[in-house]
Amino acid sequence: MSAEAIVMMVVSMIVIWGGLAAAVWSLVRHGAVDSRVDEVRRDP
Amino acid sequence: MSPASAQASDQVDHDGKRGAFSSRRVFILAAIGSAVGLGNIWRFPYVAYENGGGAFMIPYLVALLCAGIPFLLFDYAIGHRHRGSAPLSFARMHRRAEGLGWWQVGICFVIAVYYAAVIAWALRYTFFSLNKAWGSDPDGFFFGSFLKAGDVAVSTDVVPGVFIPLALVWLAMLAILALGVQRGVGLTSLWSIPVLVITFSALVVQALLLPGAGAGLDALFTPDWSELGSASVWAAAIGQIFFSLSIGYGIMITYSSYVSRREDMTGSGLVVGFSNSSFELLAGIGVFAALGFMAQASGEAVGDVASGGIGLAFVAFPAIINEAPAGALLGVLFFGSLVIAGLTSLISVIEVVISAVRDKLDTTRIRSTVLVVVPAAVLSLALLSTTSGVYVLDVVDHFVNQYGILIVAVISMLVVAWGMRALHLLAAHLNVNGRPLVGSGWRLLAGILTPAGLTVVLVLALRDDLRAAYEDYPGWLLLTFGWAVAAALPIIGFLIARLPWRAGTHLDGPPPDPADHAAVAAARTGGDVR
Repeated sequence: MSAEAIVMMVVSMIVIWGGLAAAVWSLVRHGAVDSRVDEVRRDP
Repeated sequence: MSPASAQASDQVDHDGKRGAFSSRRVFILAAIGSAVGLGNIWRFPYVAYENGGGAFMIPYLVALLCAGIPFLLFDYAIGHRHRGSAPLSFARMHRRAEGLGWWQVGICFVIAVYYAAVIAWALRYTFFSLNKAWGSDPDGFFFGSFLKAGDVAVSTDVVPGVFIPLALVWLAMLAILALGVQRGVGLTSLWSIPVLVITFSALVVQALLLPGAGAGLDALFTPDWSELGSASVWAAAIGQIFFSLSIGYGIMITYSSYVSRREDMTGSGLVVGFSNSSFELLAGIGVFAALGFMAQASGEAVGDVASGGIGLAFVAFPAIINEAPAGALLGVLFFGSLVIAGLTSLISVIEVVISAVRDKLDTTRIRSTVLVVVPAAVLSLALLSTTSGVYVLDVVDHFVNQYGILIVAVISMLVVAWGMRALHLLAAHLNVNGRPLVGSGWRLLAGILTPAGLTVVLVLALRDDLRAAYEDYPGWLLLTFGWAVAAALPIIGFLIARLPWRAGTHLDGPPPDPADHAAVAAARTGGDVR
């Protein structure tokens, strides 16, 4: 692989997979909101 | 009990009966299951390669952040705030907008009819992989021995090898969807997404260990910076993000209506958007590593063996499996991944229709599932399991995507943003429990930039289709299964919108929160519930 291709692959991985990790971390951190089901859950 | 009181009681009861996801995790996995489909595996790698390789990642990321995620949040806000299927949510926003929802429902019904066939093919190929049943000529085997595709004509000659797995796919849909939102859609996503990630990761590891894998990755990631100046490359990025995220045709509206009112929809949307792109990147690495191996084995350049769509899955991959060490394992992992990714997406597409039928007619879950799945299955088996199935599929897929999903997406955004001027209400709803907060930037993206970008994609597609017949198919086939189907869907949608809702349906804005006793009491006395 060329150096240019390696750099682009690594940068893509960092941005996209890192973005996912950051999004999950943010959601968990802010997860203090009540995520329980608040309505009757019937599905007959 | 007064009529207003009866209506409020009916509404609260109906909201309870619609079903819901039991937790944020189930919702996120179901949304990921919907977004991650066949397109992630067989479309993204080739689109990226064709549009600048590594340089494509720049317009792709811009499209994800500036169009994909804003549109995803737009859908989430509509469904989550209005607590209904696509038609009910639009009707609650404005009575005359209901037809947009039924247009989306029609699109989902048509997609389900042909999408199931590809899953059936992949299911069959999972077993073909064990003994490499395609032999030394995967192309001839797929179109000849397997599909028995003849001349381009509508045929009634059923191919049993396609009919049986297709019937099994529809039986599975019937069983899963009849179980309901949580036990059917939710629990299926809960186990299938982790299995899909493990299965596909195993495939990527195996592909990366093949000789020549580096050359494949080199071809995929070497940037061609000159492509960044091309409008078609930016349009390809927006199109890839748009078609991949399951946005604009009712799925995310439906799914978000099943989520707790106090859920963080913005944070959930970011997780779903980045998960979808993460899987696409993984798919690009796995597919091009395998293509690099194939190029080395055949002594050709990677560009000569690279392909996308049906050609990649059912012709190129069998050729790779023939040559690769432990090829049968590679085949089972690849086609098994296609089956799982396809099933979770198909579930979401059909759920849009079932949810709309339930809201409109107030039937039971099982009855509405049968009402939707049986006609879809009959149509699917009649049209797609014959010797002309592959042509019908190709044409319907192209036209419904370009002139169904794209047009309804652009119109719905413009109607909500400029006709109803409701973006600030949707933003306020997202910000009640969501983080990060959305504001004027999101309204700008959802109201102007995203519809403008999608319009460019639409115009470029229309230009190509008017210049030359799509894939050189005969005009009658394109007219019947392409233009006519795309044109009929909005007409049918707005006709269905004229039918009355079931008695007691709340249509004046978002329904009251059952936990908000003051709002419910206000509704029962005929007060303002908004």
